[in-house]
Amino acid sequence: MKLKSLATLALTGTLAAGPALADLVIPDLSYRTGPYAAGGTPFSDGYQDYFNLLNARDGGIGGEPIRIIECETAYNTEKGVECYEATKGEGALIYQPLSTGITYQIIPKAIVDEIPIHTMGYGRTSAANGEVFNWVFNYPANYWDAASVMVNYLLEENGGSLEGKKIALLYHNSAYGKEPIRTLEELSAMHGFELSQLAVDHPGQEQKSQWLQIRRERPDYVLMWGWGVMNQVAVQEAANIGFPMENFIGNWWAGAEHDVTPAGAGADGYKSLNMNRVGDLPVFEEIKTLVHDAGNAAGDGSNVGNVLYTRGLYAAMLAAEAIALAQENTGKADIAASDVRDAMEMLEITAARMEELGMPNIGPEFSVTCQDHGGTGLGIVQQWNAADAQWVALTDYIAPDDSVTDPLVAEDSAAFAAENNITPGCL
Amino acid sequence: MFYREAGDFKTSYEADNQTFPIAFDRYRYWAVLAVAYLVIPFIINDYWANAIFVPFLIYAIAAIGLNILVGYCGQVSLGTGGFMAVGAYACYKLMTAFPDVNIVLHVILAGGITAIVGAAFGLPSLRIKGFYLAVATLAAQFFLVWLFNKVEWFYNYSASGQINAPERFVAGVPVTGANTAPWAQYLICLVFLTVCAIVARNLTRGTLGRTWMAIRDMDIAAEIIGVNPLRAKLSAFAVSSFFIGVSGALFFAVYLGAVEVGEAFGIQKSFLVLFMIIIGGLGSIFGSFAGAAFLVVLPVALKVIGVDLLGWPTDIVSHLQLVIVGALIMFFLIKEPHGLAQLWRLAKEKLRLWPFPY
Repeated sequence: MKLKSLATLALTGTLAAGPALADLVIPDLSYRTGPYAAGGTPFSDGYQDYFNLLNARDGGIGGEPIRIIECETAYNTEKGVECYEATKGEGALIYQPLSTGITYQIIPKAIVDEIPIHTMGYGRTSAANGEVFNWVFNYPANYWDAASVMVNYLLEENGGSLEGKKIALLYHNSAYGKEPIRTLEELSAMHGFELSQLAVDHPGQEQKSQWLQIRRERPDYVLMWGWGVMNQVAVQEAANIGFPMENFIGNWWAGAEHDVTPAGAGADGYKSLNMNRVGDLPVFEEIKTLVHDAGNAAGDGSNVGNVLYTRGLYAAMLAAEAIALAQENTGKADIAASDVRDAMEMLEITAARMEELGMPNIGPEFSVTCQDHGGTGLGIVQQWNAADAQWVALTDYIAPDDSVTDPLVAEDSAAFAAENNITPGCL
Repeated sequence: MFYREAGDFKTSYEADNQTFPIAFDRYRYWAVLAVAYLVIPFIINDYWANAIFVPFLIYAIAAIGLNILVGYCGQVSLGTGGFMAVGAYACYKLMTAFPDVNIVLHVILAGGITAIVGAAFGLPSLRIKGFYLAVATLAAQFFLVWLFNKVEWFYNYSASGQINAPERFVAGVPVTGANTAPWAQYLICLVFLTVCAIVARNLTRGTLGRTWMAIRDMDIAAEIIGVNPLRAKLSAFAVSSFFIGVSGALFFAVYLGAVEVGEAFGIQKSFLVLFMIIIGGLGSIFGSFAGAAFLVVLPVALKVIGVDLLGWPTDIVSHLQLVIVGALIMFFLIKEPHGLAQLWRLAKEKLRLWPFPY
């Protein structure tokens, strides 16, 4: 036992002694194994491919090459912590863990280590309050926005009133799935719909009883907060009981190609939110020629253009833009994590800039301030067309009801501030 | 030559009955303690604390607890994850309800609460044995996880259902929360482990341990010679759950800091701790340490070798890890059913005869 730890001590000792390269370190806490790999793999592919494209095309950002350190978490918080600790010493500039559980785990650590976390559309919703969460960002949208966008969409569909409607929330029984409940409860009181909650335990393959309940109660709409294998099972179960698919709406983590294809034609009409546009982007061509043809594709290169691939690309783009802005602000190419944080607070994404980057309209226009780390919260509703095997955008960007989410953000972030003795303020 | 009884004279019963009767063993024990307390705290960093030492120490406590139940008393349990969750949630409720009380007391109380819960779930062991008892404890596992997810009071009605450890101090040094230094994290777990191991070792050498072992070896015979099965079995469940509760409390408060019950204390945790004692050696305190070290260090070592040294893709390394750990478990079960502790025992036998083996 002692020998073994000594051996690994020696092993990592030699590793740590390696040359410290002056480059931009981006850890990618990905998961390509386990029950959530279906979602984690395309996201990570898009994330890495974009940075590889920048390396191949521009020689990195501002002339400084990017070094990606991939670390497999399997969506497991213990492994996530290990990955965080293993990579932070390398000079990590930003963390995007793609896991709400891991985000909760590393928020307090990152505040102490002074490394920014960007949780795009996941993580702790109240991190939108930048005065409490100085180091955490969740632009362009968060879960409470998503819940509100869904209800706004349903309001529109029902002529402005949800009075007396029954809405069921099918959620992953974890921090991730529980996040929207508070907002939906608030909205149910406000709009007079009846909310029922159905929890699905990790990993999510067992949903028979939940769908039996749905069949019995016949809710008008089912909203879903699912991830990984849970989505595929839910869509299949909904098809099995003949639930009208157009009344089944997933959030933006429950609306990718792999979630609906297993159910075949039965999934036709299933809706979900999305925070990025779907469809072809000019940047994909560049990735194919400069990254994939050069043999540098992350993964097997088959995911280009998928919903989650595009989202991974989008996340990487937002990080790269912040790094470029940080370089501009400090006037040097080799920046520190705190410079990236400062730049993130000044980030402004315009339509012209997205066009310039070869990804027109990939997301909404937004700007970040010290007070507001949450962005606009806009989301679109998309629908699955099984015959053509593609997602079709049904709406333009729908705005959430900030009058509902803002007080909740203020309340939850105040609780965090009180728990951790934080005096709200800008850095 | 240097590892033998000869020449090591005992003049009192206390000396004759001590834990390590052989001088070499005693020196080794003190040397390990000295390194653990006087060397490692000064060289430990965040990575070593969070990736290796703290999880090892905490799992070792859990493994000692489960070993008492399974290895010494012969009652198979699959409820370890659930009992760790009881420890974690008890600790959380105590920490938030009585913020002025020292965290060490909270951890011990959390162990006590787990002991009560464990004894309650141990009641079926009076009527059922073996596989059937394993299934009954499996029910405890699922029930407890469901309970902590369902009843909002346990997580203080937080929106996400997560519990977060607030900052707490021991002698002015933070031991929970983000500002904890790695050495503080390490030391508090080490102190708990040391005390737990000494207590467990002496319990198993005394009357209580002997009644447990009597029940394990043949419960009817034990009853005939005067062992009360009710007391023996329930005390094993209570003591075992106490240790597991302490480990759960430390796992939540000191190691992770934020916990989600389904993810952190699911059935896979029960299996992990069970594998630790099977690989380490049933009915051996040293085996608990060896098993915990093996299953904590092995995945990290494989990752370091595969990803950092050989540069393989992370998913392949991660899958290989499952294959290798699985293969090693089979290998040990076939080649050494008594676990790593048996290898250690054999090594000691050989040392006694060295350099003149026969």
